[in-house]
Amino acid sequence: MRKTGFLLASLAASLMASSAFAQDISVKIGVLNDRSGIYADLAGEGSVVAARMAVEDFGAAAKGMKVEIVSADHQNKPDVASTISRQWLDQDGVNAIVDVPTSSAALAVNEIVKGANATFINSGAGTADLTGVACSPHTVHWTYDTWALANGTGSAMVKQGGDSWFFLTADYAFGHALERDTAAVVEKAGGKVLGHVRHPFPGTDFSSFLLQAQSSGAKVIGLANAGGDTVNAIKQAAEFGITQAGQTLAGLLIFVGDIHALGLQTAQGLVLTESFYWDLNDSTREWSARFEKLDGDKPTMVQAGVYAGVLHYLKAIEATKTTDADTVVAKMKEMPTDDPLFGKGEIRADGRKIHDMYLFRVKSPEQSKGPWDYYETLETIPAAEAFRPMADGNCPLVK
Amino acid sequence: MFELLGIPPQALFGQLLLGLINGSFYAILSLGLAIIFGLLNIINFAHGAQYMLGAFVAWMLLNYLGINYWWALLLAPLIVGITGVIIERLLVQRLYHLDHLYGLLLTFGLALIIQGVLRNQYGISGLPYTIPSQLSGGQNLGFMFLPNYRGWVVLASLVVCIATWFVIEKTRLGAYLRAATENPTLVSAFGINVPRMITLTYGFGVALAGFAGVLAAPIYSVNPNMGADLIIVVFAVVVIGGMGSILGSIITGFSLGLIEGLTKVFYPEASSVVIFVIMAIVLLIKPAGLFGRTA
Repeated sequence: MRKTGFLLASLAASLMASSAFAQDISVKIGVLNDRSGIYADLAGEGSVVAARMAVEDFGAAAKGMKVEIVSADHQNKPDVASTISRQWLDQDGVNAIVDVPTSSAALAVNEIVKGANATFINSGAGTADLTGVACSPHTVHWTYDTWALANGTGSAMVKQGGDSWFFLTADYAFGHALERDTAAVVEKAGGKVLGHVRHPFPGTDFSSFLLQAQSSGAKVIGLANAGGDTVNAIKQAAEFGITQAGQTLAGLLIFVGDIHALGLQTAQGLVLTESFYWDLNDSTREWSARFEKLDGDKPTMVQAGVYAGVLHYLKAIEATKTTDADTVVAKMKEMPTDDPLFGKGEIRADGRKIHDMYLFRVKSPEQSKGPWDYYETLETIPAAEAFRPMADGNCPLVK
Repeated sequence: MFELLGIPPQALFGQLLLGLINGSFYAILSLGLAIIFGLLNIINFAHGAQYMLGAFVAWMLLNYLGINYWWALLLAPLIVGITGVIIERLLVQRLYHLDHLYGLLLTFGLALIIQGVLRNQYGISGLPYTIPSQLSGGQNLGFMFLPNYRGWVVLASLVVCIATWFVIEKTRLGAYLRAATENPTLVSAFGINVPRMITLTYGFGVALAGFAGVLAAPIYSVNPNMGADLIIVVFAVVVIGGMGSILGSIITGFSLGLIEGLTKVFYPEASSVVIFVIMAIVLLIKPAGLFGRTA
């Protein structure tokens, strides 16, 4: 009895010691993303949940760190994103901003963080410029980028025999860029681009454009659009029997939540590139089950990227005992990354996080064994080939 | 094979047919707007949200109660129509004696609230709704593959539009309605309950939007913003047809669908603008709209 009492007392003492140390480093992380608009499902509150899980799994409290997560809605507007970032960094003492989907908003935040003592870990945005011409010593781009998507879907599809393409492109900068990058990859891999049609953004009815794509006779119809446009285009392609007739749809930016919205009956056969899927291996399954309990849905790759990014950030702070952005980001790049979701990887000097990408095909309703069982893996694109070579990015940091 | 302006005739016929299908949605929606404006003098900006509500109610009926598409086609417009009646009784009714602008602001606010609540509840990515098995598949027409469901949409909307036009223009009930808008005091002197008639008219206009929503659910993404994207085009259709003109809105709806379809073949980039260009031209030449009467 006395022995147990002694043990408890010493345990309590050691706990007190560590909580005293906890006051030494305090970290404030701001999750800035879309909480009400078209990207609210793929980032939104789910990204906040993921960030909190990272803090918990890291065991911040036990390691003597006090970590606070705050969040805000940037409404996909660069000006709103800038205002919130400035307030967070100048007045609220935020050390790191994470997530930030929507390329234009991400580039605005990137500029602000570059000039401040803060870290930017982007998961949600697509633009490859974040680690190219706009790269910054304070920025890490974690999950994916347009180059990786174009490369994954484009070259892999040609390898699978889809060597003639027709593009259905949203008529604005993002769509044009995605089409241009993918077309370049397709042609480099030996494929042919037969034509394209530019649809107004946002569009509702795509049947007319789909029939033009159909009559082109291309083996692959590349959807260089996003969100509701992609969902509508896929829904109507199924209706007009385009996929059943043998043409393949390639979604160039599509997330697992979009597949959930479409239903497998409609989405089956679609080929797409992602860097994360909940059902990849035991550790992604285990983590995703915990996430689902808290959030209600399976995680998207953006939310997974927030988790992994925050985890690696906290590890770097633990190692350097500071939140100073230059020191921490340098440490993040120096330490190899290792987390249950993306496995082992690294962060390049230009800020690009390197890991495998996956080419998935959406299962048919018969193949699917239950809710959220959506993808079969066609190909794993090795980390070394998945992202744009550093020399091609024109990042001033590495010249 | 001969070609028309570089487009093979097969492709042209196909696109014309597709235009007609889109025109059906424009026609039903603008018909509802025209009725509400013509008889109540309210610019119903909530029309897009009510269209979206129709699609959502169909989805809820299927997923929570297991009620299939065909019943939803009947029940969802009824339910959406009843919400319209409640809105008219509680809110819209108080604005009849005020400027148009107040009705517009009220209904616009309502639209934002309805969209916001559903977005909060169901997210933004949309919900799946499959085509009923009786209408899946399609016909090969030689020049194009026509999904059965699209054919059904054209048929259903034509029937609904013509029936509505017939009731308002050719029956005794329609005559009361038209008389009540001309001179409500006189009509109520004949023992007709004018406020109730107006309420039901608003409910009917809203139910038409709900009906279009159910028709749209299997082919367009069912999400809280689906109506917001469409409503602006539909307003342009109403303006071109002439505010409040029943026949005008039906004919304009279908024909603008056709014109839009043609634009998608010849110059796709302009397809979202063409309706507004036509609207501007019509307003310059005939400010009351193609079928409108200047007061």
